[in-house]
Amino acid sequence: MSWLLVNPILIPLLTAVLAYMFRFNPAGRWISVAGTVALLLASVLMMAEVLEHGVIAAQMSNWQAPFGITLVADYLGAVMVVITAITGLATVIYSLAEIPERLERLGFHALLQVLMAAVCGAFLTGDLFNLYVWFEVMLISSFGLLVLGGSKEQLDGGIKYVTLNLVSTIMFLSGIGLLYGVTGTLNMADLHLAVREVENQGLLTTIAVMFLVAFGVKAALFPLFFWLPASYHTPPVAVSAIFAGLLTKVGVYAMIRTFTLIFDHDVGYTHQIMLWLAVLTMVTGVLGAAAMNDFRRILSFHIISQIGYMILGLALFTPLGLVGAVFYLVHHIIVKANLFFVAGVAKRIAGSTDLARIGGLYAHAPLLAFLFLIPAFSLAGFPPLSGFWAKYVLVKAALDLQMWFVAGVSLAVGLLTIYSMTKIWGAAFWPAHPEGKRPRLGDVPVGERLALMLPIIGLALLTCIIGLFPEPFVQFAETSAAQLLDSTDYVTTVLGVQP
Amino acid sequence: MELLLALTIGILVACAVYLMLDRNVIRFLFGLILLSNAANLLIFLSGRLTAGAPPLIDEGLYAPTGVVANALPQALVLTAIVIGFGLLAFTLALVYRTYRSLGTVNSDEMRVAEPVAQEARR
Repeated sequence: MSWLLVNPILIPLLTAVLAYMFRFNPAGRWISVAGTVALLLASVLMMAEVLEHGVIAAQMSNWQAPFGITLVADYLGAVMVVITAITGLATVIYSLAEIPERLERLGFHALLQVLMAAVCGAFLTGDLFNLYVWFEVMLISSFGLLVLGGSKEQLDGGIKYVTLNLVSTIMFLSGIGLLYGVTGTLNMADLHLAVREVENQGLLTTIAVMFLVAFGVKAALFPLFFWLPASYHTPPVAVSAIFAGLLTKVGVYAMIRTFTLIFDHDVGYTHQIMLWLAVLTMVTGVLGAAAMNDFRRILSFHIISQIGYMILGLALFTPLGLVGAVFYLVHHIIVKANLFFVAGVAKRIAGSTDLARIGGLYAHAPLLAFLFLIPAFSLAGFPPLSGFWAKYVLVKAALDLQMWFVAGVSLAVGLLTIYSMTKIWGAAFWPAHPEGKRPRLGDVPVGERLALMLPIIGLALLTCIIGLFPEPFVQFAETSAAQLLDSTDYVTTVLGVQP
Repeated sequence: MELLLALTIGILVACAVYLMLDRNVIRFLFGLILLSNAANLLIFLSGRLTAGAPPLIDEGLYAPTGVVANALPQALVLTAIVIGFGLLAFTLALVYRTYRSLGTVNSDEMRVAEPVAQEARR
């Protein structure tokens, strides 16, 4: 059982080493593709085991919990690893056509694989300090990917991304230190029990807020999101897409994990703060998007607005709210990465991501236009696409608690999302190209066209499948939410005893 | 001793915040260095201080006898120092490269990625 849990971390790390050794050779990129396919297989195998047993755990080097490092996969962790592998595969395939050889020689594929290993590690670890380590691995590889190539925009965005994320990391580390000080343990399952013994509950709430701030920066919550719109539109599209899909969601995942497993002692206080942060995040994100005039910058602000929905689900702290949060998390990763891919293809054939300087995509590349509409409508919450169910569950959860205002805001934000999607449509797809260019997909060489379009088609299909057959996915999210709210299974599996 | 360390951490954090509020990215970086050291001391302190009792295990035993210092926070601090060192080295290199590229270390003048709109400037 322990191999199943180690594989999703080990495979990308090994692939990274191999890809780095072959970085001057075309074989390097195919090693990267093969490694990611292997990661997908390994994560599906792990998922099958989780579906059978509920929660699985492995003690590294046989050091029994709570003393050693534990890897755990419950429903949420497992689905996040699977979705990481899917997004990773899409990115690697897309990068075959987009990343120039110059960047491959600098070790692009190795950095990408390390990033995936770190993200999987963060989803699977059952130890708080280990989570910190995976965050750091993720940060350093994302720093590398972000500034790889070293254009002025990248360096400028990189400075803001790096500095603000480092502050959040130190905040996280201090939080870990203080939590260890009051409980004497770092194993998350053990912490679940230990925090109940703490006499000074006020101190615990203070620590909880430190974690909220630290993960809030990672997840790009209001008012801590400023690094995101400053940097996400600067790197190559493949990098933007995987960042947009995965990185902020690791922050959201960490928040869901800690605020259901560890910090549920004063829900009235911590989750109330979260609720208002979520509402403000939704609103500022979507207003920011409305003010932008660049394909990728609009999408960057939309990430922020969507993060608000996920945190809203956590803040409501009802079974239905968490179902919504989990469902939203999975749906959003697929849709958002896909939109960035579409933006990348638009840039490739029309020459820019600046909405004032492109056009004619509907007339000359109708397939791309159609493939843009699927994730765009899904993001806005049109039935029968995945985003509709995600929003429906969340709004219903808010209405069940009679939070009319919150439910109203989340619906209004959905409407504004359509507004900025219409803006993209109205500038990039509908009118003729301002320079009279004919942006045709057919002008891209066949091999590259395949590598560019396959990820987009695949992810769009997934969006449709989730949207048309939501039943099994909602059921999955329900079980996952039940596991989050009642941690007995998680704790028993990790510690090996009844709490 | 705890009080002294706690005060030191407080002063370090205060200096760090002061430095990080500066527009000069180099000064921000110095602030970050102080802050990460404050965090390390914080972990060390939260493991409780035990003077003059190294956590050594006598021959033939599996656990130390009597009261010994807590070794875990020291291991954590060691990890955090190594990671922090790597990240700061990267950041320093990034700032230097940015200075060579953009010709400034003033964060207000770094507007390449997010250019101020023409209308707003007028």
